[in-house]
Amino acid sequence: MHIKEEKAERHTLAVLVDNEPGILARIAGLFTARGYNIESLTVSEITEDKAVSRITIVTSAAPPVMEQIIAQLERLVPVHKVTDLTVLGPHVERELALVKVAGTGDHRIEALRLAEVYRGRVLDATTSSFVFEVTGGRDKIDKFIELMKEVGLVEVARTGIVAIARGREAA
Amino acid sequence: MPELPGAEILVQALVDLGVEVVFGYPGGAVLPIYDALFRHSAESGGRIRHILVRHEQAATHAAEGYARSTGKPGVVLVTSGPGATNAVTGITDALLDSIPMVVITGQVPTGLIGTDAFQEADTVGITRHCSKHNYLVKDPAKLGDVIHEAFHIATSGRPGPVVVDIPKDVQVATARYLRPGPIQHKTYRPQVKADRSAIEALVDMLAAAERPILYTGGGVINSGPAASQLLRELQRITGAPVTSTLMGLGAFPASHPAFLGMLGMHGTYEANHAMNQADLVVALGSRFDDRVTGRLDAFSPSSRKVHVDIDRSSINKTVRIDLPIVADVGHAMEDAIRIWKSRQHPKPDLTDWWQRIEGWRAKRGLDFPEGGAAIMPQRAVRALHAATAHRSPIITTEVGQHQMWAAQHFGFEAPNKWLTSGGLGTMGYGLPAAIGAQLGNPGALVIDIAGEASIQMNIQELATATQYRLPVKVFILNNEYMGMVRQWQELTYESRYSESYSDSLPDFVKLAEAYGWKGIRIDARDELEDGIDAMLGHDGPVMVDCRVSKLANCFPMIPSGAAHTEMILWANEVSGTMDDEAKALV
Repeated sequence: MHIKEEKAERHTLAVLVDNEPGILARIAGLFTARGYNIESLTVSEITEDKAVSRITIVTSAAPPVMEQIIAQLERLVPVHKVTDLTVLGPHVERELALVKVAGTGDHRIEALRLAEVYRGRVLDATTSSFVFEVTGGRDKIDKFIELMKEVGLVEVARTGIVAIARGREAA
Repeated sequence: MPELPGAEILVQALVDLGVEVVFGYPGGAVLPIYDALFRHSAESGGRIRHILVRHEQAATHAAEGYARSTGKPGVVLVTSGPGATNAVTGITDALLDSIPMVVITGQVPTGLIGTDAFQEADTVGITRHCSKHNYLVKDPAKLGDVIHEAFHIATSGRPGPVVVDIPKDVQVATARYLRPGPIQHKTYRPQVKADRSAIEALVDMLAAAERPILYTGGGVINSGPAASQLLRELQRITGAPVTSTLMGLGAFPASHPAFLGMLGMHGTYEANHAMNQADLVVALGSRFDDRVTGRLDAFSPSSRKVHVDIDRSSINKTVRIDLPIVADVGHAMEDAIRIWKSRQHPKPDLTDWWQRIEGWRAKRGLDFPEGGAAIMPQRAVRALHAATAHRSPIITTEVGQHQMWAAQHFGFEAPNKWLTSGGLGTMGYGLPAAIGAQLGNPGALVIDIAGEASIQMNIQELATATQYRLPVKVFILNNEYMGMVRQWQELTYESRYSESYSDSLPDFVKLAEAYGWKGIRIDARDELEDGIDAMLGHDGPVMVDCRVSKLANCFPMIPSGAAHTEMILWANEVSGTMDDEAKALV
């Protein structure tokens, strides 16, 4: 006997929650307890009184499971609202990465040139290293990191995806 | 207004919430609360009665039994660390069976949290995913509001267990307590009333159906006694047959000609075949559990499906639904009945459908072979029913074969009379649940139909019944096996009975007597009725050790991985082997 897996689709969810202790564990734990995937999860307070946080979750699941994920999230007591931005329509997604490369000579020049192409900013420089800041969609950052491997990639830190719907309405 | 210590705020809030019974066990981290309870009962005569159990798990099951039989929330009070972890099984049980329960746990003082202090456990972490909601209260000024909110969440929407963890210093520190008004929670607002258009669509579908079936569950019971009356009315005007889940038994009278019995793995032949052949399935407060559906791709293949549930996440979880209705099932039925009547729909002609159902009924799938002196367990349950039905008893069970025999052969006519661990399947549930039910229903006849293995999982609670003079009855169907395990080993593993024999059993009669109970042994068929009469004739607690046929199996049965139409009716249909796909299913 072999265990079968269903075909999954990638979705980006915006989850508004009461900013109370344990809320992140509640959300993350729901995903592990019910066997859902998390590709990326970001969280931050978004109101002046720090009462509400916005959690952006990128997950992949088959369509019926996706419906369950949203229903299960909405069932949590501190959750205000769950929006499936992927279903809602056009939206923008951004991620920020800090990328450290080390090297000298041609590698160093090539790294700087590639960073310019990717609109990366230099946050730190020594005679033998750079820290670049790059923002963009997930694919762009993946590609940039891939290129940096050839010119002395040392370390990467990524924020995970944040996303918001296009147009004037709140999601 | 004077400030009160947290412990007194808690007790005052419980009084304001109308709490009458608390099931608990003291310990270091709840001593201030126990002192407040002591003074509460000494000074004000105390309307809160504390019931001292012998193990914290039993406190949770007793609270469940109390809640399920009265409709009121069950309340539990335990200490930190092992007190809280012992309660986890019952909290999970209440979550899966949607039982309203509030569990107060003591915690080490806030300054010691995270230091691996004595009797420290991460209670909110451990219970986060086995409770409906939980709180760690770090400020006594918030304690009163949290307690009121906890009861609101436990009892509204889909009911469930809520845990409130209170550090010891918060029980001692003082703050003001003001009884809050009606709770308007900022995020938690369960949808109680259905959209009118959805109910109209349900009425249209019911009026047009040729082969409808009402598939009812524990939600009907949670909705309150009125929902059970509305279910009868809905059945009367539509003429549809009714089947029920394990948790829903009693919502519709078992003796009603339209009742097909329980469906699912150990359901009746007629209920499962009617589900399979129906053109319309109306799920009312039931959740398409795997014990009910059997093989999903063969589940009721040609029906349209309507699902009424107060929990949106129950809808489309395993079975695709054509018409989802998020609402309290009582409200939804009331609306449907009103619309049906206002449209003056005639009662549909379901003669052909009923003829087919009668054909399945004629199979008499619940019949069992009988002969000789040995007592068939099914016969014992039927004899118990015959002797007690006029007293409308409350029946609790443990988990296993005896539980299924009780569900199949004990007819339930009214809601809140059948208390069983359905979702989690917790052995050891029945005795403490009976204690809780007896406390909530002092005049009622309460019987735990048990197995000799399960009963030992919370046997210490015999002392609790003795202490509070609760006349509960425990009726053990003793076959000297963990019968359901043995049955599956017979079905799946060619009768290799690995560790399923109940060796070294106690003498249950002497054990009962040691705890101050009356003990009765029934050995043979001709002693059965007299033994039951002796049990009922004693006004204190009684434990009956009823020796039943050792190798009897529970049929009918849908083997795991099979469809509703592939039922095993008799033991001679058992092959003793299964393929790996079936073996991997629970």
